[in-house]
Amino acid sequence: MDMIKYTLTRLGYMIVTLWIIVTATFFLMHSLPGTPLQNEEKLPPLIRDQIMETYGLNDPLPVQYMNFLGRLVQGDLGKSLTYDGRSVTEMLLEGFQASSFIGMQALVFGVVVGLFLGVAAALRHGGLLDNIATIVAVAGVSIPSFVMAGLLSYWVGVKWQLLPTALWGTYEHTILPSLSLSFFVIAQMSRYIRTEMVEVLDQDYMKTAKAKGLGRQAIIFRHALRNALIPAVTVLGPLAVNIITGSLVVETIFAIPGIGEFFVQSIQVNDYTLIMGVTIFYAVLILVTIFVVDILYGIIDPRIRLAGARE
Amino acid sequence: MSEKNMKSLTPEMFEFVGMNESAGEEMARERVGFWKDAVRRFRTNWGAMIGLFIILIIGFFAFAGPLMNGYDYESQNIAIQNMEPFEDHYFGTDSFGRDLWQRTWNGAQVSLQIAFLAALFDLLIGVTVGSVSGYFGGRVDMVLQRIVEILYSIPNLIIIILMLLIFEPGIIPIALALSITGWVPMARVVRAQILKLKSQEYVLAARTLGAGHRHILTRHLIPNVMGPIIIAVTFAIPSAIFFEAFLSFIGLGIRPPLASLGSLVFDGSKFLQIYPYQLFYPATVLCLIMLAFNLLGDGLRDALDPRMRK
Amino acid sequence: MSKLLDVRDLHVSFTTYNGEVKAVRGVNFYVNKGETVAIVGESGCGKSVTSQTIMRLIPQPPGIIRHGEIHFADRDLVKVSDKQMEKIRGSELAMIFQDPMTSLNPTMTVGRQITESLIKHQKLGSSKARQKAIELLRMVGIPSPESRAKQYPHQFSGGMRQRAMIAIALSCRPKLLIADEPTTALDVTIQAQIIDLMKRLQEKFGTSIILITHDLGVVADIADRVVVMYAGIVVETGTLHEVFFNPHHPYTWGLMASMPRLDLHHEQELLPISGSPPDLISPPKGCPFAARCRHAMKVCTEYMPEMTDLSSTHQVACWLEHPMAPKANKHTGRNGGEADE
Repeated sequence: MDMIKYTLTRLGYMIVTLWIIVTATFFLMHSLPGTPLQNEEKLPPLIRDQIMETYGLNDPLPVQYMNFLGRLVQGDLGKSLTYDGRSVTEMLLEGFQASSFIGMQALVFGVVVGLFLGVAAALRHGGLLDNIATIVAVAGVSIPSFVMAGLLSYWVGVKWQLLPTALWGTYEHTILPSLSLSFFVIAQMSRYIRTEMVEVLDQDYMKTAKAKGLGRQAIIFRHALRNALIPAVTVLGPLAVNIITGSLVVETIFAIPGIGEFFVQSIQVNDYTLIMGVTIFYAVLILVTIFVVDILYGIIDPRIRLAGARE
Repeated sequence: MSEKNMKSLTPEMFEFVGMNESAGEEMARERVGFWKDAVRRFRTNWGAMIGLFIILIIGFFAFAGPLMNGYDYESQNIAIQNMEPFEDHYFGTDSFGRDLWQRTWNGAQVSLQIAFLAALFDLLIGVTVGSVSGYFGGRVDMVLQRIVEILYSIPNLIIIILMLLIFEPGIIPIALALSITGWVPMARVVRAQILKLKSQEYVLAARTLGAGHRHILTRHLIPNVMGPIIIAVTFAIPSAIFFEAFLSFIGLGIRPPLASLGSLVFDGSKFLQIYPYQLFYPATVLCLIMLAFNLLGDGLRDALDPRMRK
Repeated sequence: MSKLLDVRDLHVSFTTYNGEVKAVRGVNFYVNKGETVAIVGESGCGKSVTSQTIMRLIPQPPGIIRHGEIHFADRDLVKVSDKQMEKIRGSELAMIFQDPMTSLNPTMTVGRQITESLIKHQKLGSSKARQKAIELLRMVGIPSPESRAKQYPHQFSGGMRQRAMIAIALSCRPKLLIADEPTTALDVTIQAQIIDLMKRLQEKFGTSIILITHDLGVVADIADRVVVMYAGIVVETGTLHEVFFNPHHPYTWGLMASMPRLDLHHEQELLPISGSPPDLISPPKGCPFAARCRHAMKVCTEYMPEMTDLSSTHQVACWLEHPMAPKANKHTGRNGGEADE
């Protein structure tokens, strides 16, 4: 019961936040100096007016805003001002295929590797793996994904000629982008799991488990790991957000036809509808991710499941 | 204990000497002050010391480096386009024939300026909001907390991008845009600490003695929140450097001919296949700065707050 | 009566940043079948280390068993392999801890935490184990055990958690139960209930109990014999009656004098023992209590006193028992306080 109330409250918050973002984006976009057509100064005034008319740019701002909201609810983000007036929603969905594949692959790979590294480091406290994990953790947060992308693409792609460094098509094309994005995830995950594990191993209930005569395996897997993994779910949200952010740039470097590529393009040519569309899309993506992770955390942690809310 | 010992016992040894009054005090170990202890812990942390060392070196080059050869960061020279390091072009030249050594260290300067400015804004806004919110509580806290909550839930990437679409990108606008969301974690840390501290005896004692709010906040509370604040500032710097670099990639960073490490990395990555050195030099400096501040932050965290090792 | 547990000359150390802490320095005691032995002493006297060494729960490193034997049911627990020890722990030897809030796994149902050892040691199937767990919960006095078994520890009150801990500990009918300050973290009324429960279950199963505590009220309530520890050594041991009514060690006198008693007048002051225990990194070569002892003699700081038999069950390690020691002062500990007034 409490869980449902908690979920609904969070959902409410999310919708309000989203509305604020949408509204802010809309008005900011329309208060920008210059028009979307400024790059095409040479247009005859007649055609210019016609274009303004078609896009509804001559209506008063509140009317435009209401129209915009109305279309948004139906999933219509308008038409791109460049790209021959294609539907922004369509473009986003198309770009999302590539972006989401790379992102998910990076997240899964990073989480799995980070988990193993973190657990191993905690169990061999002060050992070789622990030192490796420490180095990976510091390096991972210090080397941004775009530098990682550069290094991988130069060494693996150009020097050793092992994998393609650009474009899209086969599975091989996804490896380097995903790897560059996953490095940060590995670092954060292993660091977090290690800290949690070390803390959990020190808890009184570990002693109880040992006093019951359980073997090392049962103690680690049944008691320690479970308790260490539950809070680790909370970092999934920020990690996913980091991947989404990073993908913007990594897609540019590897010339992947994803959303990031569209976004960078749209900023460079002042394609307002596309900028707005991508911004809103990213906001939804990030908010939903964090929301899902929070609810997931509530479901798997019995303490929260029953208390109803965190804090 | 053995027979031999027993034999050596003499009646005199069985005279009462009573309690050794000083024994209790001897036990208490030498007390070490918080900051002294923190300095000791910090100095034995090799990671933090390496971090500090790298920061000093890079700081030195960022300001003295441009004086070391006779070029500047914006002069173009078509005769020496895309040259690998030669003569006193220690880092080579870029596609406009500009000296990369100059550009890299100038870029480091710009990146550091943005990062320190952003951290300073974070500090000012975060500490003010956090301490007011935590100290006064009630309605003020309610309102501020709602603002914090909303800002916290809006992805900072989105805000930063929107801000920079409006402002003309430059050092101060970028730093401002970064701190629009950057102050939030700082405010949360400060508020939590102040909430914890304000109910403690020494604050009550100060209040009983008639100290005003400003006095209590600035003399009693904020100094005791210094540890977490210093840590938060240290971590705000690499984060600002990362975001600045990131903005360069999506075309919202520092405008040429001025360069930042981020924009240099971006330019370098365009010609990566042919001129990898154009990426490597600025990228190395960028990573070293991030690494150094992360190491320093970790070290400070361990030194200042041994309990908060997460 | 035969000895179930016999600890002989046990030495346990911990290596720390500052040096080797000699936490237990030659401890001897035994526990008979069906008997309750209380180990008392202030914090840091080595009582918890001793009990955890018996369970082999001391993390190694930094802990090291330097010397000694722990005979338990025909085995030396110092020497058995880790695998064998796993079989002994939870089945023949069980332990409950001080803080029931943190001693149960927060993310596992209470029922599951009980069935775990049943499945491991008694090889029960899961449904059988579940039935047994519910039975155990009922036995320790938890109402509606069927639904309680499905709940998580945070849904239990402190007293109920400790009952659940007892259910876990007794699930395989251990021969010896070590209770490390089982009531310290509980409210006074709950304390009495838990002690009653332990007494009742002991009568029912004939389990031996080692009770670690600094609460002499609890000791008086449940213990058959008492072991008084100070700075890693046993200073006095005897039956409850001997130690409470005829204490011989000045430290025991101090403990008794610091205990509130209903049978004494209100004017009777509680006498704290002044000073603090010695540093166990470099323990004194003589009697560790000498520095805080009103009756300290020159010899006390020079030589460690030997155990003196006062009866077949009562021993004390104090130079006052030596023939050369001045006899008159023997009982001035408790009475000394009165004489001062």
